[in-house]
Amino acid sequence: MVSRPADIRPTRGWRLYDPRLAWLLVAPAALLLVCFLILPILVMAVYTFFTFITAGVEESTLTLANWHEFVTDSYYHGFLLKTLRVGAVTALICGVIGYFPAYFIWSTAFRHKWLLLLLLIVPFWISFTIRTFSWIHILGEQGLINVALLRLGLIDQPLQMLYTEGAVIMGLIHFLLPYMILNIYVSLENIDRTLISAARSMGCTNAQAFREVTLPLSLPGLAAGLLLCFVLAAGSYVTPQLLGSGRDALFGNLIYDTIMGQLNWPMGATLSIVLFIVLGSVAALYTRYMGMSQIVKGLGG
Amino acid sequence: MSAPVDSESKWAWRLTRLVTLCVYIFMFAPIIATIVLSFNASMFGGFPMTGFSLRWYGKLLENEQVVAAFKTSLWIAVVTAIVTTFIGVLTSLALVRFDFRGKEMLGTLVILPALVPETILGVGLLILIKAIDQPRTLPILVLGHILLALPYVVLIAQARMVGVRRIYEEAAMSMGASRLDAFREITLPLLIPAVAAGALLAFTISFDNTSASLFWRPAGGETMPTQSLSMLKTSISPEVNALGTVMIVMTVGIPLMGGLLAQGLARLKRSKPREDAK
Repeated sequence: MVSRPADIRPTRGWRLYDPRLAWLLVAPAALLLVCFLILPILVMAVYTFFTFITAGVEESTLTLANWHEFVTDSYYHGFLLKTLRVGAVTALICGVIGYFPAYFIWSTAFRHKWLLLLLLIVPFWISFTIRTFSWIHILGEQGLINVALLRLGLIDQPLQMLYTEGAVIMGLIHFLLPYMILNIYVSLENIDRTLISAARSMGCTNAQAFREVTLPLSLPGLAAGLLLCFVLAAGSYVTPQLLGSGRDALFGNLIYDTIMGQLNWPMGATLSIVLFIVLGSVAALYTRYMGMSQIVKGLGG
Repeated sequence: MSAPVDSESKWAWRLTRLVTLCVYIFMFAPIIATIVLSFNASMFGGFPMTGFSLRWYGKLLENEQVVAAFKTSLWIAVVTAIVTTFIGVLTSLALVRFDFRGKEMLGTLVILPALVPETILGVGLLILIKAIDQPRTLPILVLGHILLALPYVVLIAQARMVGVRRIYEEAAMSMGASRLDAFREITLPLLIPAVAAGALLAFTISFDNTSASLFWRPAGGETMPTQSLSMLKTSISPEVNALGTVMIVMTVGIPLMGGLLAQGLARLKRSKPREDAK
């Protein structure tokens, strides 16, 4: 810390790092966060107790009917469980597959490492819709795989790969893998490499050094990646819509249909709050053990 | 990294290389397929290729809905980029340089929009608008996009701001520069890479946003992603492939060019702030 220079005089009664000035600086962001993030969630929470009359119409008479419906109807439970399962499977596969490229980029002697990293960031810039629908060209009846297999005579009927749960999970992995790789990479970068040399000099093989030093020290990044992938997968709804059949709809699709299709706003609000609470608890559980800092690093890196 | 010696390490390193290669193929194969197919002469949007043609791009230009959606998205993205960068830099300045009550909370709050699923953000704002009886309008959509881009801009600006030592500004001010002058002459030029990166990211986040925009778009107003989504619902036409390719060129080409430009500028006037004490 540098000592505060004494010769900077307060201007018009404002100290150099006056908290009032700080509040002025953050005011626009704070206002936006209050009006567009906190207030909507609070209003949504209140809406879950409103009475649904008919499509698009509701009354502010308070009722527990929406919550009762959610708690008792197994239709909703099924959706929730399936969504959590798809989210967990997606996150786990991303973790396993994503570790390899992260480790490769970190340890390669290749001089143009930045290019490998840039290639991971490029997909973030490509429209999510375009990225998702482009899988139709690979998996669809006229997709690369089916056309190639038909030409080779290995099959005589196109395989049904699109519009399945597998296709949805693959689309989600395609979307989330860069998040995972970058998260793991950031935590690998923070490892003091002399620790590994030390392990090697004490007689560890490379594989042992990896197991005993590198892997444990990179776990925070892996955990942050898993959380991020899980939350984003469980909250998705464009991917199932494009790559799945009706049966592969997730909780996000349910919310969208309830609000935009049935115009049942109170129930839609209830379902959104449920998803918010469930994913929020997972995130809270995570931050209790890991803290926020790793996620911040992963998002900023 | 030293060359692997034992057989287990060698085998593991080979596996790592192979999986890495597969991951990169997996990431880009579908995108490349879309770009290639956009030049397909066939009436259908899939393989096999029957010939090279630019007609789908021509059709795209004649499609008034697409052109309108493109203009809307471009406009929204530019406004989002400018406003988000402005308030994002102010926020990170306060978070890095100042101590004030609620700083920790604000720091957490500001990254939440990146962590809360867009479906929830989308529904929440929609219900709020309905509760206060307001119509969905373009400005609300823009403000929503600013909310979604803010975490990224703040994180980028914050990371850079930590590296700019505050004694530079303090030195300027002790020599009589006003606060604003010190910021404009000292801090801002050192922040430029972060400002540019943040603005570009905000632009692409807005230009690409699908999930939340589906909830927030004004009645009858389409953005590029919602327009392409509704085109996809009817059929996979070659026109959609052309649309996809145009969007890829837009959102990859612009940041890439911006990045190269920034690097060139940085090389011209090398100013490397120390990464130590604030």
